[in-house]
Amino acid sequence: MATKGERILEVRDLVKHFPLTQGIVMKRQIGAIKAVDGVSFDLDRGETLGIVGESGCGKSTLAKVLMALERPTSGSVMINGKDIAKARGAELKRMRRNIQMVMQDPYTSLNPRMTVGDIIGEPYDIHTEVAPKGDRARKVQELLEVVGLNPDHINRYPHQFSGGQRQRIGIARGLALQPEVIVCDEPVSALDVSIQAQVINLLERLQNEFNLAYIFIAHDLSVVRHISDRVAVMYLGKVVEIGNDVDIYDKPAHPYAQALLSAVPVPDPEGREQRERIILQGDPPSPANPPSGCRFRTRCWKAQEICATEEPLLQIRPGTTHESACHFAETHDVVHVN
Amino acid sequence: MSKTSLDELPAEGGRGNGPLLDVDNLHVEFATRAGVVRAVNGVSYSLNPGETVAVLGESGSGKSVTAQAIMGILDVPPARIPQGEVRFHGTDLLKLSEEARTQVRGQRIAMIFQDALSALNPVFTVGWQISEMFRVHRGMSKRDGMKKAVELMDKVRIPAAKQRVNDYPHQFSGGMRQRIMIAMAIALDPEVLIADEPTTALDVTVQAQIMELLAELQRESNMGMILITHDLGVVADVADKIAVMYAGRIVENASVHDIYKAPAHPYTKGLLESIPRVDLKGHELYAIKGLPPNLLDMPTGCAFHPRCPYRQDDCVTDAPPLYEIGGTRNSACHYWREVLDGDQG
Repeated sequence: MATKGERILEVRDLVKHFPLTQGIVMKRQIGAIKAVDGVSFDLDRGETLGIVGESGCGKSTLAKVLMALERPTSGSVMINGKDIAKARGAELKRMRRNIQMVMQDPYTSLNPRMTVGDIIGEPYDIHTEVAPKGDRARKVQELLEVVGLNPDHINRYPHQFSGGQRQRIGIARGLALQPEVIVCDEPVSALDVSIQAQVINLLERLQNEFNLAYIFIAHDLSVVRHISDRVAVMYLGKVVEIGNDVDIYDKPAHPYAQALLSAVPVPDPEGREQRERIILQGDPPSPANPPSGCRFRTRCWKAQEICATEEPLLQIRPGTTHESACHFAETHDVVHVN
Repeated sequence: MSKTSLDELPAEGGRGNGPLLDVDNLHVEFATRAGVVRAVNGVSYSLNPGETVAVLGESGSGKSVTAQAIMGILDVPPARIPQGEVRFHGTDLLKLSEEARTQVRGQRIAMIFQDALSALNPVFTVGWQISEMFRVHRGMSKRDGMKKAVELMDKVRIPAAKQRVNDYPHQFSGGMRQRIMIAMAIALDPEVLIADEPTTALDVTVQAQIMELLAELQRESNMGMILITHDLGVVADVADKIAVMYAGRIVENASVHDIYKAPAHPYTKGLLESIPRVDLKGHELYAIKGLPPNLLDMPTGCAFHPRCPYRQDDCVTDAPPLYEIGGTRNSACHYWREVLDGDQG
């Protein structure tokens, strides 16, 4: 088995634009939604990369491109050194085995007319080499056991399970083909508070057991911190800051990361009057027409002329420990005041 | 039974003795094909002017049904309120005539909902919907109502209110739509505002904007607020008092500082411990085991006993009352002393 720490995923300058068209017969392209606009990162085996950002920042589009459900406009997604974005046919099919997904909403991502056994076993219909026909029921039962469900429930339907149990079914389906990378798109946000912890513990246990690499997309920053080794903060299709969890949470350098962290309510009423809060005004601009230069400048309190003309690159800035995309990056702990 | 008339309510601005709103032993049940669902089972809490009471609970705990009963927007049938009182300035709202309740609803007690897009009417402009409050309740003309709508949109800080008053709900972002809901709710200067998961569908940055706006409006008008949520972070930020609900009952009732410092019910304790903490990174999260109960098939005794680490034999047979545990605190656990001290049963 491959060792921990080996590079498994390399994403370089990934761009996904969705065309905006006008007219029905004579379609003309009048612009593009720049959903993902130049994203690069690496992921090692057994590692978790958390991705945070507001809705519309391109998190979910990024997930779809990584899964090759959408073709990127440009850029590459290398899995084990091969580009899934350029793969076709049998090669693509083989590569997809290696990267699987857990969806957000366990109520809509499971087909209500299929039994649990059919749902978890469906990947084997496509990738027949993984499990020979006679072997499938046993494999599915093993998977049910791995995710903490009763293997005897193989013939039940999704509606007979609770939300947390359904999410476990979704996770079992993601595990069926023994992938090396799992993309989790908001895997716990549809679950009740008391159930979230159970599912997070399960994901961590599976990671240790199978040496999985996770891309963990979520908007709950405390959950992301708990599960992630590194965190990337996205804003309007770009990564504005990336670093390990301590860097991002205790030493955020980009103003947007600081605002995002300060907006998270802290579950402790002591000292709530003194806490620093950076309240951003307005909503993010439209990704069809992002601001020139730095995309955050329209809501940024540090913005100067240079921000409108020159786009800040994602790099390690003086006085900071990790990469950030701000001309005036400055470490500032917003969470622990005192 | 004599109908209490609205005249007994003190005029707007006048404050009677006692709490502003007092929910007392409220029960709500729904008739379904599978049987009677007891969604709310003897809930009591009170609200004073300027105060924020958070009602915390998971889906199905009865927190929203309680709010709908206070507002008088439950569908009866299938819902039924077999017992309990909702006293507003000392007058039981549940005994008022429908006509009298309409006078209270929206004017004296207002509500904002979780999903602003489905709560707003898509075929009318937002200005029309806000000004409806003034046309219906105050008998204003369309023109005056529209003027008021612009004022309110300014007050909830919607940029370029004058131009946007004739826009439709779909032309606004999620945060702006929630502001429009808030504008409608505060239009007639209510004394009580019920906010049912007002920020659940929003991003954290927008959530911070909305919570700040609500706090500011509350300071200005000294209204009481009932905040219904499942987010322990939001509660810690804004609430004065908390009522924790589980399976239709209040299991713990205390000031916000007491609860976060030392919870007195195993459910509250479990919720607080399951929040990821920095110093416990790399460790397994504490998780409350099992699932919330099915309201059609409730456990005997204490509803939490199948999931409770403090369970003893009597929890299975005797439902705990809401014990008074000093000051204004209550806990519905036989073993609240052990929970407070932190000795695992």
